[in-house]
Amino acid sequence: MHGLILRSIQNYMCDSYGRNAWLQVAARAVPEHPDFEAMLSYDDALAPAVLDAMGAVLGRPRSEVMEDIGTYLVSHPKTEAVRRLLRFGGVNFEDFLHSLDDMPDRARMAVSDLHLPAIELHEHDDGRYSLICDSPLADFGYLMMGVLRVMADDYGALALLDHAGRSSGRETVNIQLIERDYADGRTFELGARAL
Amino acid sequence: MKVVSKLQMPACDVLDVLCPMHLQIDAQGLICRAGPTIRKLRPDVSLTGRAFLDAFAVSRPRGITTIDSLWKAENVKLHLSMAGQPPAQLKGVMVPDGKGGVIVNLSFGISILQAVSDYALTNADFAATDLAIEMLYLVEAKSAAMEASRKLNLRLQGAKVAAEEQAFTDTLTGLGNRRALDQTLERMIASEVAFAVMHIDLDYFKVVNDTLGHAAGDHVLQVVARAMIEETRASDIVARVGGDEFTVVLPDVRDIDILERVGQRIIDRIEMPIFFNDTECKISASIGTVWMQASTAISRETVLEDADIALYASKHKGRACQTFYTPELRASANSVKPPIGRGERKV
Repeated sequence: MHGLILRSIQNYMCDSYGRNAWLQVAARAVPEHPDFEAMLSYDDALAPAVLDAMGAVLGRPRSEVMEDIGTYLVSHPKTEAVRRLLRFGGVNFEDFLHSLDDMPDRARMAVSDLHLPAIELHEHDDGRYSLICDSPLADFGYLMMGVLRVMADDYGALALLDHAGRSSGRETVNIQLIERDYADGRTFELGARAL
Repeated sequence: MKVVSKLQMPACDVLDVLCPMHLQIDAQGLICRAGPTIRKLRPDVSLTGRAFLDAFAVSRPRGITTIDSLWKAENVKLHLSMAGQPPAQLKGVMVPDGKGGVIVNLSFGISILQAVSDYALTNADFAATDLAIEMLYLVEAKSAAMEASRKLNLRLQGAKVAAEEQAFTDTLTGLGNRRALDQTLERMIASEVAFAVMHIDLDYFKVVNDTLGHAAGDHVLQVVARAMIEETRASDIVARVGGDEFTVVLPDVRDIDILERVGQRIIDRIEMPIFFNDTECKISASIGTVWMQASTAISRETVLEDADIALYASKHKGRACQTFYTPELRASANSVKPPIGRGERKV
């Protein structure tokens, strides 16, 4: 499991609930040093253990925590770089949805050992889409729902999302795009670097 | 030429989609149409109707200053700069339009990073097939990854420095370092047993370093360290406490003759030729020794100072010898200037 993923989970906890809350999670789930290094690799078993510990410490179901992490990843000022990198994917929300298939490849282009779950977008009639997430990490679909909700806002689109369950390791998120240009959305200038 | 005359040029709105940075130039060399993105570069002036060579300077190929010379530059890569502010460096290629004029397609090339911020360009300003967006994505993603790696390196560097500060080993020779020596001495003094401290300073080491280089110097230090280990007992502690300074702590010494012999053996060993890349490095050693009787109340600082005074005396006597500390030495040391040999010691 790439340190970037674990570090993002840690950052979510620290920025939303404080460092002490994170240390409680780390005490339950992280065997050695409580801080993850973004550029190192860790045991695959750590992520599910950390997520379970977070659910237990916060007293919230894991699906809710995952959706929150997704929201955090694309809306917190500290993670502006992630939002920007996703916005490179498309000029509008539909375009962005279609770019999700490429997300793992794009991530690998930047960080060669970063493996993101495979995502597949299926387009149906009347602005309906379904997103198939093939992830070893249970409830990854909820994380994507958090991401999509913020990104729809970001593009100024109005969309309804619901999680259609998990079967044989794959989760489906249903997307109903109601209005593409519902609001102004946030600006995205190619030249305005987040760093 | 036959091909050109038959060529059916695409409609302008088609060109706007495929090449949003194109220009159409008529037979007189006037711009008759500009693509939507190239218009964004100079929003306050109209490019249409201007002479192409007024609006753009061709820097390569060289010598293109007239329309006639421009016509000859078909199908080659053009390097151009656009008149006005902010400066814009562009690449381009020119093809005949079949009606006596040409179409020039432009691109930013490597100046894309500057251009997107100078002109507030968005995804929509580039053709769907243009790799510019992917390149911008990569630059941003790689910079973020690089920054994360840089931070990790800084943290690791900090951890390394912290670990070295806490270390007891001299990395070059594997001997103990100043911290190890201090701790050993404190333990000896506290246990109130007889022990001796030899302060050893290499003679002529600076010459080796200056004439043969630091690699030779490092090699000499490693050989000397090994010699000291071999000429002392396993229970003795050898530490490197400065560039070419060593200290040996010998616990449980009952006879000054033993110290005499050990000191002489160390000097003899160090004077044996040391070869570095077939060049002989000639050095020797001066030693100042303190023999502490059991139950003498003394501080670590004083022991080291006494050893240092005895070492002074050895240097003063002409080096390559051992001197034992006596209170008289301290008295005379206070009245004598340091010998010249002291100047070669590194701290």
